[in-house]
Amino acid sequence: MCLAVPARVESLDRAASTAVVNLDGISKEVSTLLLDDVAVGDYVLIHVGYALERIDPEEAEKTLTMFDELKGVEP
Amino acid sequence: MKYVDEFRDGDKARRLAELIRTEVNPEREYRLMEFCGGHTHAIFRFGIHDLMPENLKYVHGPGCPVCVLPAGRIEAAIELAEAEDIILCTYADLMRVPAGRGDSLNRARARGSDIRMIYSSTDALAIARANPERQVVFFAIGFETTTPPTAAAIQIAEKEGLSNFSVYCNHVLTPPAMRHLLSSGEAHIHGILGPSHVSTIIGSQAYAGCCNDYQVPLVIAGFEPLDVIQSTLMLVRQINEGRFEVENQYSRAVSQTGNRKAQALMQAIFEPRAMFEWRGLGGLPDSAVQIKAAFHAFDAEKRFGMQAIDVADIRGCICPAVLRGVSDPVDCKLFGSICTPEQPKGACMVSSEGACAAQYSYGRYRLGGKSEI
Ligand code: SF4
Ligand code: SF4
Repeated sequence: MCLAVPARVESLDRAASTAVVNLDGISKEVSTLLLDDVAVGDYVLIHVGYALERIDPEEAEKTLTMFDELKGVEP
Repeated sequence: MKYVDEFRDGDKARRLAELIRTEVNPEREYRLMEFCGGHTHAIFRFGIHDLMPENLKYVHGPGCPVCVLPAGRIEAAIELAEAEDIILCTYADLMRVPAGRGDSLNRARARGSDIRMIYSSTDALAIARANPERQVVFFAIGFETTTPPTAAAIQIAEKEGLSNFSVYCNHVLTPPAMRHLLSSGEAHIHGILGPSHVSTIIGSQAYAGCCNDYQVPLVIAGFEPLDVIQSTLMLVRQINEGRFEVENQYSRAVSQTGNRKAQALMQAIFEPRAMFEWRGLGGLPDSAVQIKAAFHAFDAEKRFGMQAIDVADIRGCICPAVLRGVSDPVDCKLFGSICTPEQPKGACMVSSEGACAAQYSYGRYRLGGKSEI
């Protein structure tokens, strides 16, 4: 029931603790109450209308480069 | 979609799987429990189990809040909705879960109760604001992922003085359930795929004690297919090397300590519940939360004097054994014949993350065990 999906922060309303995010092309307003200092352009995980956590681009990159150990493997 | 597509690369998936095949020890068995229903769904949807060697088996766990909520808690909500003039708000998946005698929230709504599906706790608040003359009860369920949004709603309701809003709290905790499964030992698990989004909140260190005490390795895994397969490889390596550590494959969203702001909010509003009944696992101490005394005005169980109800699951349904990882959905005589996602007889057939629903939706139609990635 509670998958969270990555979305890009398009704009912020700090007073209301809300953000408009782009969720695969669709704009949606979500609450940012659970996160401090979100910035426009961040990718966040959205779950039941709340931004749960920021996605760390460097860590994502690291995980992807771990797949490089696969270069020599033949399926 | 960014952070989704690059983790669904079929070519890399097959290479990773090949690496797993070369590294597993053919002499032994690898039983890996995916605690979380999100992984169950991904494993079936993308046919990941078909890519794995014969001696590696995914065992489904209790990690779906819809599946583990006992029918009696739903029955109690139906009774409340029929006895009082309230608006009952809940997440969509709960609507179809069988309560007693084949009843459900959906049926109660058809009989005239005002039951509304919402997407977010903020929707329940909006309904309460728009209907000041009526009581609005939010039937809240979920693991640590979904608990902070409920806490936020209670905090907002208090600030605004929304006296017609209350929460029927059914939030449960992951580590106690995991401990229970490992201590019973009946599922014979060698490694655990740790929940993705629960862990964004509670952090990777939350599992350390559990892994140590039961000497079982755990890898926190993202929900995309490459995440699941890479985490499987990490588990195979730990098992081969005799390690039982907490490793974090999903480091792009999970830190060691988790989301402190969300944790603080949960602690402000909730406290541990002495005992909570889980479908399949029975009553587990300190495995759920309840609303603190300071916020009792927002606790529907207190406000309406709701009582626990005991309701038996339908005869033949083996959800409890499926949730404990000791049986497979296909072992159930009702699977796919009497029990289908359109007409679910047990909870595991309702949510798309339920083991029975995932197996029915994706397992049945796969020809000759072909993976979809
Ligand atoms: S994210 Fe939470 S609710 Fe969803 S399947 Fe995982 S543990 Fe269950
Ligand atoms: S197939 Fe249906 S009846 Fe059987 S265990 Fe699954 S949910 Fe229960």
